[in-house]
Amino acid sequence: MDRSIKIVYFAWVRERLGLEEENIAIGGGVKTISDVLDVLKNRSDTYADIFSDVEKLRFALDQDYGLPASEIGAAQELAIFPPVTGG
Amino acid sequence: MIRVEVGPADFDIGAESAKVAGQGGGAISSFVGQVRDDGNLETLELEHYPAMTQKALLEIAETARSKWSLHAITIVHRVGKLTVGDNIVLVVTGSDHREAAIESCSFIMDRLKTVAPFWKKETRIDGKTKWIEERASDVEASEKWNA
Repeated sequence: MDRSIKIVYFAWVRERLGLEEENIAIGGGVKTISDVLDVLKNRSDTYADIFSDVEKLRFALDQDYGLPASEIGAAQELAIFPPVTGG
Repeated sequence: MIRVEVGPADFDIGAESAKVAGQGGGAISSFVGQVRDDGNLETLELEHYPAMTQKALLEIAETARSKWSLHAITIVHRVGKLTVGDNIVLVVTGSDHREAAIESCSFIMDRLKTVAPFWKKETRIDGKTKWIEERASDVEASEKWNA
């Protein structure tokens, strides 16, 4: 079933996209974070550049860490950001 | 008890330590992280993921409380634009014994640096900006607690 998911971006991911958040439509075949990344990479060269190297990115589904293989399930919010550097 | 605060405001180390000490025990440990002076830093900007930050810090504190016998834990983390010498982060732990207080304080900082969703961006005096990158030594320090 088609639905939409909110994606939020932080740090250099946000800066390079020039976007803090967006809602994207996802089809029934989009089951994992990796599948969402494939949708994003197809949008433009800028998106493809940013989302191709998953080693440089971290992910959270509804504010809990996830991996590219994690199922998005009923999550409403996917966050994509670089490794954290607080403290 | 556990207290977590995230915001632009500075903190008073003495007052925060006193609050933890007031909750019992004879051993109080604290750590303060500040903006380092490495010569040509203009500002350090801290960004975070507000919906996740509080939750991540509470989880770290809860884990510390399950590993050590603690009376109180306080974590304060600042966000926004800071400059050399400014306070960034404070952790205070209180226990009956020093080992639990010191170790748990160290654990919380190690975890915070690798799990809590904060990002630092530095602006140099010449105007150049750079996002700070994750350090392998921080990841190792955090992982050693899993052993």
